[in-house]
This record gives sequence, C-alpha cells and structure tokens, in this order.
Amino acid sequence: MARYLVRRLLALVPVLLGITLVTFLLVQVIPGDPLQMYLDPKGQELDAQTRAAIMAKWGLDRPIHLQYLRFLGNAVRGDLGYSYRFNRPVTITVFERIPATAMLAFSAVGLAMIIGISLGVMSAVRHRSWLDSSSMVFALAGVSTPIFWLGLMMMYLFGVVWKVLPPSGYGTWRHLVMPAVALGLSSSGVLARLTRSSMLNVIRTEYVTTARAKGLSERVVIYRHALKNALIPVVTILGVQTGALLAGAVVTETVFAWPGVGRLLVESIMQRDLPVMQGCVIIIAIVFMLSNLMVDLVYAVIDPRIRYS
Amino acid sequence: MAGADTPQPEVPEYTRRHRMAAAWKQFRRNHNAVIGACITLTLALLAILAPQLTRFHPTTFFDLSKTLLPPGSGPHILGTDTIGRDLWSRMLFGARISLTVGLVVQGISITIGTAAGLTAGYFGGWIDDFLGGVINMIYAFPSLLFAIAVMSVLGPGLYNIFLALGFIGWATVARLVRGEVLSLKTREFVEAARASGTPTLRVMFRHLLPNCLGPIVVVGTLGVANAIMSEATLSFLGLGVQPPAPSWGSMLSRGREYIWIAPWLTIIPGVAIFVAVLGLNLFGDGLRDILDPRLKE
Repeated sequence: MARYLVRRLLALVPVLLGITLVTFLLVQVIPGDPLQMYLDPKGQELDAQTRAAIMAKWGLDRPIHLQYLRFLGNAVRGDLGYSYRFNRPVTITVFERIPATAMLAFSAVGLAMIIGISLGVMSAVRHRSWLDSSSMVFALAGVSTPIFWLGLMMMYLFGVVWKVLPPSGYGTWRHLVMPAVALGLSSSGVLARLTRSSMLNVIRTEYVTTARAKGLSERVVIYRHALKNALIPVVTILGVQTGALLAGAVVTETVFAWPGVGRLLVESIMQRDLPVMQGCVIIIAIVFMLSNLMVDLVYAVIDPRIRYS
Repeated sequence: MAGADTPQPEVPEYTRRHRMAAAWKQFRRNHNAVIGACITLTLALLAILAPQLTRFHPTTFFDLSKTLLPPGSGPHILGTDTIGRDLWSRMLFGARISLTVGLVVQGISITIGTAAGLTAGYFGGWIDDFLGGVINMIYAFPSLLFAIAVMSVLGPGLYNIFLALGFIGWATVARLVRGEVLSLKTREFVEAARASGTPTLRVMFRHLLPNCLGPIVVVGTLGVANAIMSEATLSFLGLGVQPPAPSWGSMLSRGREYIWIAPWLTIIPGVAIFVAVLGLNLFGDGLRDILDPRLKE
C-alpha cells in the first residue's frame, strides 16, 4: 500500500507539470498587456526605456522556456506571482478563499450523498414502483437543471418572496443553505441513478439470496449486506463528481456572491488579473487531482478484492 | 432425403431492414426515448421555423415605451425585456443558438474523437501512449473549468465556444472509441479481415467503426445536452455568446438584475434550457437502452 501510494504520488508529477505548463501558456497567449495594467491600469503609455528596465528586472525579456522554468521554480516554493488588483501575493489571495469553497463543497457533497444514496436505495428496493419512477424523474431533472438557474429561483422564492433565508452573502449557516442545496441537488441526481443500478445488480446476486434464505430480515439484508457492495461503484463516481462540483462551485459562488475560489476565478478573468486566474486554475486542478487519488485509495480500503502492490 | 419438392424451412433473413424494424419497435416501447425525441424534435422545429413564428426581430426590434411587459401582453406572448424586445422571438432565436452549439460541438468532438480513438486503439504503442496522455491531461481539469480558461484566452463569442467545447468534448469520444476498439481488435472477424490482407484503413472504417457506432450515437446525443448546458453556463458567466445575441444563458444573466420586478426574464430562459437538456438526456438514455444493451440496468 505504501509503495502504491508513492507510485501514485510520483505519477502526479508529470500531470502537475502539464497543468502548470498549460496554465502558464494560457496566460502568455491572452491578449492585452499585463505589464501596462500592473503599472498603471488607467492609461498612460509606458516609455520604452522604463518598460525595458522593468522587463529585464522581472526576467520578462528572457526566452519563454526560461520564464516557465522560473515560474515553476517559484511555484514549487509556494510563490504563484503577484496580483496587481489586490496588490499582494497570489498564493495568499487564493488560499484565503479556500475555506469558503471547502465549506460549500463539503456541505454539497454531504447533501448529495444523503439524498442520492437514499433515493437510489429506495428505488432499487421498490423497483418499478411509483417511488422508483418518481425518484428517477427527480434524478433526471436534477441533472438537467442549470445550477445557476436553480440558484436564482431559490434566491427569488426563499430570499425575496418568502424572506426565510438571506438571498446572498456569507457568514452564518443560513447563508450556506441555498448555495449548498443548489450545488448538491445536481450531483444527487447522478448519485441516485448510479446507486439504483448498482443496488439492482447486487440484489440479484446469490449471497443476497442466501442472506434472505437464512431468514434475515429484509432491513438487515439490504442495509448490512447489499448496500456495502452496492456503494463501491458509487465511490468511484465521487471522483468524477468532484470535478462537476468544483465547476458547479464556480457558478454557485457567482450567483450567491459566495467569497470562494470560484468567484475569485471569474472575477479575475473579468478584471484581467492573470496571475490570480492562473493561481485559481492551478489550485482547483490540484484539488481535483488529489481528490481523485483519495477516491482511489478509499476504493482500495472498502473493496478488499482490490490489492495494490 | 430432401427432394426439390420438400418445402425449405423459412430462414428469417437478418437484414439491415429487419434490424431497423426491431430497433424501431424497441424505441416505440421506450417511453422516455419517445418523450425525449418529441421534445427534441419540437425544439428543432421551433428553431428552424423561428422567423415564421414571430413578427418581431429578436435583436433589432425594440420599443422603449414597452419595456418589461409581463407575459401575455398583447402581441408579446412572453412579454418584453429591459429595452422592450419581444421575449418570445428572442427565445425562438435562442433555440437556434443552443442547438447550433450542441450540433457543431458534437460534430467536432465526434470527428476528432473517433479518429483519435480508432488510431490509438488500433495501433497501440507510442501513438496510444501519446493520445492517452493528451486525453488524461484534458481529464485532469474539471471540464467546465477548462472551458472557462480557454474562453478567457480566446475571448467571448460563438465560434470560440465551438473551439473551447469541441476541444474538450473529443476526449470523451476518443476514450470510448479506444476502449471499444481494444476489445473488438481481438475478435475473430477483425482477425479474419486482417489475415486476409484487408488494408488497414479498410479494417478500421469498414470493420471496426460500424461496431462502435451505437455507443458513439449515445455519447453524441448526451454530449449535445452537455454542450447546450455548457454554452448556457459560459454565457451566464459572461464568457460565452455576447449580447445582443439571444443566447438563453446570457438572457438569464441579464434578467437576473431585474428578478425583483420582472422574474419572468429569468424564469423563461431557465425553463427553456431545462426542457432542451432534459429532452436530449431522455432521448440519449433511451438510445442507450436500445443500442447498447450491455449498459442496461
């Protein structure tokens, strides 16, 4: 297991290099003059001499591959550059926003798992009943509803018409409810569908029949015996869902003015704050990568058939 | 001994026509697929006939004395927006944008993805390693995030949406086709074709590709839904189709500022996106049941 972990962590290195290279190149080809924006966003052309001096000082006159190596070297030491909009290091600016996004993402995942797994189990147990079909309609509707629209509708109904929750902002748990529900519902649809089909497969297996034949109650058969195995594929999809969730967080945070990394990303694109944008993309990609790794490890723990050597 | 006069047992002829008939029968029985197909066809008709279905031009007609009229106001079936444009005609032309994005993006994805998947799966070796590496690279980013990053480089606009979403979409198709080819490659009919000296390209396109078509159609249909949703999201964030073009996503984004006094400007485009995506998802799920029996529950 330890050797497997080391190998997996080593395998992340080329992916990380790729991620930083892609984001570095993205920023290079973005039209506009970052130097001009940094020094004086309002206007006023820089004279050629000052420009050359500054470019030499920051190494911007060197060939692009050397610039990348320098960027990479700094990134390894935790320095992702300097934001000219906030006038402070990118690393601090991005890291400050992580707790808000983490809180939103974890609440949404929790909610999605509770709703998705219970709906999936119920549908499988009552296969082809009205409960089954209605929860599958709900799941499909969840997948097909744009998160931003769901968020806006909730904001309108609960925040404006009925005034039961604050329409947007950050601070108390009351602020968290709507963004978490909006973000969680879409993933819960995917989870419900997957849990259902996985559960249906497991219920047909012989060990479940044996458990029933032993005279165990249906509750024990379903929750103690069947569910454990049925959840294995569900865990694998959680890795993919993290990606959807992170992307969804970008949208949800924008709708609800939630001060997370996603909103920072959209703002920095709008404001052409390229170093911050770069930082956000790198951080989100790393989180996505690590959560996929974690899902693989959890997979090994819950499924003893899988042994990593 | 069977003489000439002995009636031959009737062997059912397993032709393309019979297969089509069988698939059609299965399709009719699949309520979800039928509902999904109806929704999709209706939307496509509305989009195609858009100019015939409205008297108002979606962008150039506006009447500043009739702004924010609620749905059902005289000739404006769905009301008017912030500068008095007709919402119904903007919705109709918005359907054109959404469906165009869906079809073009999936056209790009399927073309590139199929070619890449066939090549990687058939040849293996360094080609497979290289293409596999590129695909994994694309998968290393959450796809919408990648689209956001690409759009921020290319700048907003319809053509850039094609590029950004197509650039990501092909990876899904390539991964699927590659997997199919890997398992088909070892089957007898492919080995027979290769052993009898069939040229490589002919093996790829006449023997392997037709056997991948089912899954490609399914993924393609679901991909159209995905592309429509992504376009709406990008446009909502201000990175997609720009006003005054009537994209549902950007209309929703504009309407959001008026949600207190004119909620229909937010509700109606959202319902449209929902219905379009739901229709295609239902249709795609139904097709999967019919074309890809292995994936059935």
